Amino acid sequence: MHVDVRELLSGKKSVILEKWFNKVLEAYPAESSGFLKNKKKQFSNPLGYTISQALEGLLDALLEEELDFVRIAPLLDSVIRIRAVQDLAPSQALAFLFHLKKIIREEIGSDETQTLREREAIESKIDAMALISFDVYMKCREKIYELKSDELRNMTYRLLQKANLVREVRGE
Amino acid sequence: MAKFTAKPDELSKIDFKPPKKGWMDTPVEIKEHMFCHAAKPKELDVVGFPNAHEWRPNDEDWKLPENWEKTLLEGMRDLLGKYRSFRLFMDICVRCGACADKCHFFIGTGDPKNMPVLRAELLRSVYRGNFTLAGKILRKIAGARDLTANVLKEWWYYFYQCTECRRCSVFCPYGIDQAEITMMGRELTNLIGLNIGWIAGPVAACYMKGNHLGLEPHTITSSIEFFVDDIETITGIRVNPTFNRKGAEILFVTPSGDLFANPGTYTAMGYLMLFHELGLDYTWSTYASEGGNFGFFTTNEMAKRLNAKIYAEAKRLGVKWILGGECGHMWRVIHQYMDTWNGPADFLEEPVSPITGTKFENTTSAKMVHIAEFTADLIKHGKLKLEPSRNDHLKVTFHDSCNTARGMGLLEEPRYIIRNVCNHFQEMPEDTIREKTFCCGSGTGLNASENMELRLRGGLARANAVKHVHEHYGVNLLANVCAIDRATLTTSMDYWVPGVTVAGVHELVGNALVMKGEKERTQDLRLEPFPGKEGNE
Repeated sequence: MHVDVRELLSGKKSVILEKWFNKVLEAYPAESSGFLKNKKKQFSNPLGYTISQALEGLLDALLEEELDFVRIAPLLDSVIRIRAVQDLAPSQALAFLFHLKKIIREEIGSDETQTLREREAIESKIDAMALISFDVYMKCREKIYELKSDELRNMTYRLLQKANLVREVRGE
Repeated sequence: MAKFTAKPDELSKIDFKPPKKGWMDTPVEIKEHMFCHAAKPKELDVVGFPNAHEWRPNDEDWKLPENWEKTLLEGMRDLLGKYRSFRLFMDICVRCGACADKCHFFIGTGDPKNMPVLRAELLRSVYRGNFTLAGKILRKIAGARDLTANVLKEWWYYFYQCTECRRCSVFCPYGIDQAEITMMGRELTNLIGLNIGWIAGPVAACYMKGNHLGLEPHTITSSIEFFVDDIETITGIRVNPTFNRKGAEILFVTPSGDLFANPGTYTAMGYLMLFHELGLDYTWSTYASEGGNFGFFTTNEMAKRLNAKIYAEAKRLGVKWILGGECGHMWRVIHQYMDTWNGPADFLEEPVSPITGTKFENTTSAKMVHIAEFTADLIKHGKLKLEPSRNDHLKVTFHDSCNTARGMGLLEEPRYIIRNVCNHFQEMPEDTIREKTFCCGSGTGLNASENMELRLRGGLARANAVKHVHEHYGVNLLANVCAIDRATLTTSMDYWVPGVTVAGVHELVGNALVMKGEKERTQDLRLEPFPGKEGNE
C-alpha cells in the first residue's frame, strides 16, 4: 500500500531534524560543535538556537501542501544572515539546504514510482528555497559593503559639512 | 566571505567536516576580513614605539626585526617581573572551561582559539616553555611550546580578536582577567612593530594634537558651533560654550567621536543643552580634546602618557574638577588605572555638584565624574524640568558598555536617567546585561572597516538579545553611554536588527529637557519632526 511521503516525513520529523542539524553544525570546528549544538540557550548560544529553530520551521513549511514563501523567508534569513559573515564561501553557506535532500533520501529510500514522484515534489520545494536563499545571501553580502561606506560617512559627516563637501537642503 | 571556489566534484560531496587536530598542531590561518591593516611606520615612530616597519598581515614574511624572538622573550620576562598579576594569570588557570563559551567572538565564530582559555593558552604555552622548569623539561606534555614565527602570528591574530571586554572574567572562579592577558599580548606585539593602523593612527594623532582624529583647535570649536546653530534651530535658544577658559569650575572632556561622528553628535548637543540650562561654569578644551584613550590598546606606558594630557590641561586651566562625557574605555582607564599612573590629582578638588551639592566620593582621587552620575544626581534632586512624552515614539532598551559596567560598576545611573526621560523602557534578557553584558564586538580599537566580518560575528550575541526585545516588545532604540558603541552598534543593528536605531543617553535627555524660554519644540535633536508635529515647520 502506498503511503504519502509527506506523512512519512512527518512521522520521522524529529530524526530528520536531528540529522539535519548535526550535519549543518559539522561545518564548525569539532572542539566548538559541542557548545554550538546546544539548542536551548537562546541568548548564550544564538547560533545553535537560531539554526535549530529555523531548520524546524523550514521542515514544517516543507510538509505543507504549498510552500508559504512569506513564512520561510525570515527563517532562511535568520540562518543565512549568520552564515554570510562566517568565512564560508557562498556554496558552503547555502549547502545546508542540499543536506536535507540527502537526508530525506536516506530516510525514505523506496523506489516505488509514486514515492519517487512525491519525493521529487518535495525536492523541488527545497530547490525553490535554495533559489530564495541566493537572494538572501546576496542581500546580506551587499549590506556588508553598504555598512562599510555608511560608517565612513557617519564617522566624518561633520567634517565633510565643515569642509563644504556636503550640504543639506533645508526647507524655507 | 571565504576565498574559496568549490570544484564540481567537491560540491557534489558537500562535506566540510574539518580534520580533527589538537590546537597546537593547527597552524594559524590569517583570514581576510578578520584583521585590521598594519600600522604605518610613521605612526609608531612619532610616539617612539620600537621596530616600526612596513608589513602586511596576509604576507608570508612579516619583515620581523632581527632577534625578534629574543626581544619578545625579554619583553615577556620584563612584564612578568613588572606585573605580579600577569605571572599569577599564567600560573593559576586550571583550564576548567568556565570562560570558554562566554566570549562574543567565540559565540559568533565557533573558532576554538576564540575561547578565552585557549586565547590565553597561546601565550601561556610559550611562558611554560621558557619560564617554568616543568615546561622546559616536559615540553608538550606540560603544555609548553617554542616561540616560532607561526606562534607569533597566532598571537597577533587572536590578541587583535579580543576586545578586552572582560565578560569571561566574570565567570572565572579564579578571577583571571583575560583582558589583561590580551593587554600583555598586545604589549609584546608593540615591541616588534606589529600594531594596527586603526589603533596606531589615533594614538599618534592624540599624542600630537590631543584627539584621535588629529583635529586642530579651530576645527573643534567650529564643529561645536554647528551644534550651537542646530540647538538654536530646535529650541530658539543660543547656548554659549567656552573654550580653554582659565578659572572655569569644571573641565568637560568627551570622546572626540561625539564631536564628529553621527549619532554621537546628537549626544554632544544634549550635553550642551544641559550645561546651558544649569548655567554650569564649565569649559571645553581644544587641547585635551579626547576622552578616549587608544593608547590603552597598545601599552600601559602609552596609555599613561595620553591620560596625563587631560590632567595637565586641568592644571593649566585651574579648574576644580573634571566632568567626562559618555565613553566606555575612558572610564575603565579613569577608574582602574589613572590613579596609579598619574594620580592622585591632588591639585584638583573633590568633585561636588554645584547644582545639588552632592559630593562624588567615588572619585575622590581621580577627580573625574561620569556625566551619567552627574545627570542622575540632578534628576534625583528634581533640578531638571523634563517632558518624557517627547520620547514617546521610542521604545528604549539599554546596552551596558563593557567598560562602564564591568570596569566601574556604572549600572543604575543610565537606567535611572532613561526611566526619567522616556516613558517606554524595556530591559534585555538578564544574561546579556549589567555585569554580564555582551560587547558590541568592535571595542579596543577594532572598529575598522576592513575587519567588518569579524565585527559582525562578534556583535551577534548582543544583537540577538536586541532582536528579542525588538520582536517581543517593539523596542526601536538602543541607548548606551559609549562613543564606540554609538558608532559600531549602529552598524551592527543595521545588519542584524534593522529598525533599531542607536543613541546616547544624553540625546534622550536633550529631547526631554524643557529649557527656560524655549520655543515649542517640533524637532528632535536629529532635526527630525516629533511624531504629530510634522507639519509645524
